Amino acid sequence: MSVGAPKIPVVVAEVVEVNDLIKRFRFVRRDGGAMPVFSGGAHVVVEMDDHGVRRMNPYSLMSHPADTMGYEISVRRDEAGRGGSLYMHRHVKPGMEMVLSQPVNLFPLDARAKKHLMIAGGIGITPFVAQMAQVEAMGGRFELHYSVRSPVLGAYVEHLKAHYGPRVHVYHDEHGEKIDLQTLLKSQPLGTHIYACGPKGMIAWVHATAKAMGWPDRAVHSEEFLAPPVGQAFEVQLAASGKSITVQPNQSLLEAIEAAGVEAPYLCRGGACGQCETNVLRCDGHIEHNDHWLTDEQKATNTKIMPCVSRFRGTALILDR
Amino acid sequence: MSLDFNDETFRGDFTFKNSAKAIKRFPFPFPEDSYMYSVNMEPHVPGPVGSVFEHMFDVDEHYVSEMRDRAQVLADDPLRCQSLPHMELAGWDLLELIMESKARDYPHWFSLTKDGNQWHWVNRPLQIEQKFTFLDASTLPYGPMEYITRQTQGDFTLQDQRDDDLWIEAGMVTTQADWSLDFDIGMSFKQWHAPVPLAHQMGIFDRALKFLLKLQHGAPVRRFNWTMTVDPLLDTSPENYPKWGPGKTTMTPQTIGHRQHLRVELQTLHRLPRSNAIAFPIRCYLIRFEELVTVPKWARRLHRVVRDIPDELATYKGFLRNKPLMLEYLAPFDDGQPTSPGFAPE
Amino acid sequence: MIKTVFEPAIPSRPTYGVLTPGVGSAHLFVADGEGADAVCDLFAQGEGLKASSHIIYIPGANGCDRSAALQALGVPQFHRSPSFAAAQSRLAKVLADAHMGLQVYAAGTEGLMAQVAAAAQHAGLPYEAVQMEHRGSLARRVQCVHCKGVTENVTLDPFVCSHCGLSLFVRDHFSRRLAAFQGVNIDAEDPGLVPASVERFK
Repeated sequence: MSVGAPKIPVVVAEVVEVNDLIKRFRFVRRDGGAMPVFSGGAHVVVEMDDHGVRRMNPYSLMSHPADTMGYEISVRRDEAGRGGSLYMHRHVKPGMEMVLSQPVNLFPLDARAKKHLMIAGGIGITPFVAQMAQVEAMGGRFELHYSVRSPVLGAYVEHLKAHYGPRVHVYHDEHGEKIDLQTLLKSQPLGTHIYACGPKGMIAWVHATAKAMGWPDRAVHSEEFLAPPVGQAFEVQLAASGKSITVQPNQSLLEAIEAAGVEAPYLCRGGACGQCETNVLRCDGHIEHNDHWLTDEQKATNTKIMPCVSRFRGTALILDR
Repeated sequence: MSLDFNDETFRGDFTFKNSAKAIKRFPFPFPEDSYMYSVNMEPHVPGPVGSVFEHMFDVDEHYVSEMRDRAQVLADDPLRCQSLPHMELAGWDLLELIMESKARDYPHWFSLTKDGNQWHWVNRPLQIEQKFTFLDASTLPYGPMEYITRQTQGDFTLQDQRDDDLWIEAGMVTTQADWSLDFDIGMSFKQWHAPVPLAHQMGIFDRALKFLLKLQHGAPVRRFNWTMTVDPLLDTSPENYPKWGPGKTTMTPQTIGHRQHLRVELQTLHRLPRSNAIAFPIRCYLIRFEELVTVPKWARRLHRVVRDIPDELATYKGFLRNKPLMLEYLAPFDDGQPTSPGFAPE
Repeated sequence: MIKTVFEPAIPSRPTYGVLTPGVGSAHLFVADGEGADAVCDLFAQGEGLKASSHIIYIPGANGCDRSAALQALGVPQFHRSPSFAAAQSRLAKVLADAHMGLQVYAAGTEGLMAQVAAAAQHAGLPYEAVQMEHRGSLARRVQCVHCKGVTENVTLDPFVCSHCGLSLFVRDHFSRRLAAFQGVNIDAEDPGLVPASVERFK
């Protein structure tokens, strides 16, 4: 485990089908106690026992940060993924016992901001639901611009509009509606911070547009959790623990290390936080670096790997783990 | 004052002293016979009964007098407690952490009752009773950080986390080892540590920052730091340096045992839940040399540490001038015998 | 072109670059003394920014006044101010009215640049977003850690605090919030033993 924070044993209290793609899950503590409060933007890692395979997926918390009675997450079904979201959709039912990590926030609001401008795409809405609740309670200024595929797939649109009125702007891809980012970014007061969460392309578009309009990098924030990609199986030697392991096609390197009984640190399991960074002792082949953490120079030298999302093709990979 | 707490001073006539019990539980900071910087962080988990680690926030026999000294420092210089505007939420997080810990760990001294956001706090040693609305600063006599740290031993800083860095943006600093909150507030992790010699080149701050950025709620950590102080002064601030500096020059072989103190900081670090900030309590413990040498292992070891420390570090810690006097005093207690590993008396 | 070369220093000490034309909707320049040359050098690279630029200029404490050269650039707003203090309310108003996309440039002495960056940060811009180029005097702006008074244009080390009269040595430790170096009493332990001052910051 990462830095020794106790895990939270929970029971599934509620499963709600939000639309064809998204289900919402509510967890409460098994002992009936209070959950820790958290800060908007935080995620938890949900541990799943998928018929003998241990899966650990990060999901943003979307319940009210001050609600200590339970935590809520939303999960979008990913048919092509490794199976974590499918497991959540098909097998997780009210009454089931599961385990959550402590909340960790890798996508915090900048508390100094004069205004928070939130830009969401699809399931990327979830961290903003918690953040808006927190900013609202503290009397801060914010505006949400939320793109969804269609009205039917617009998760939480009605709820958000009812709560926050004209501060919520919704765009339907199906109707050809698109955020007019240029106009939006032109008129923001000094001290505004942008937060983007959604598909990779949308995040890149927000960063590029803001940069071209003279926004400083430190005023533009984004979160993109990568689902560990599937790939071909590969062999790895773990030098410190003296083990050889095989990483299966639908398994991440980190999961394979854990399955072999080797302790490895982690926080986000999505290539963003840097906690699982591991030294590469030998690399005869090509590392598929899928993370946002290592610099391009570091990636080029193949001396470090982020086992939560990265894979390998070649004849020999030896890690200091 | 009650039997639990000393009536003593940290200025003027300097009546501060440690009881036999306080000497026994003193957090001696050297696990081996030499000293060099290290990150040396370990989980802040409860330690043995009676030790300074027994509880999240140690309350000891000096509590009431230390709080009286803090009030005096703040009256003389209100800038010792500052919070940049965006740090108020972190202040509430800290208030909650301290009140809940103390009410749980010392129920005979402190109590906290909650009815939603309507809180009722009782601090019996300081004779304080306060009803207030959590998250509404207008219902407290001070901001939340100042309110609770006027009732808690040790200095406190609050670090905002953003842009892969920690920013020291609030603090209560009246028992410091010669650094100025007023000057340092607003700085990044490496900026406020800038004056520390050697450690940057050793990569200490790179490693410490990387570790702290990942610190998790519910998993606090701790480490020690230390320096030397002449006379039991809690407030060795740069602001008042002209007032306490001359005292360093008047020590003699006759007075050193009584006047020279080892100053130990028990530093803990806590991730705060609502604000995602990090609280950094820096608890100062003082022990005079003549108290310390009653523990033979500590006397031997302190002699070796002071003897072998690089001059650059002795200068930074402000005791190069008195190092020969210290060695002269400590040498007779060092019989050359080996010491056992670890902090504990043999 | 006179580029200042600084010795490597402790991590709290800011480092400076060379002003380059930024991309943005508006451009605010604040310079003192020889800092005007950095602004002129930037405009010599192209006229692109001209229509949306605002220059605030303060002649140097050393007498250096390049107002004429800046005025000749022909930007829509040029303001000459006798001191930074006198320009502060104008700067605050410009920043308060600004929108994201504003580019801020500061050139000249360290004290001037730090005060501009602090004002920009106060208005909501990240500190790092302010471009800075050092020109001219190395005189320092120093806060006395004892009385909190700030002494401008310190060239000597040690020097006498212009507020409380203590003899202070000048550290490299620098506060971006205060826009000042730190001055600490040099004879605190041995009152009266003050070494001779040297001109360290020309």
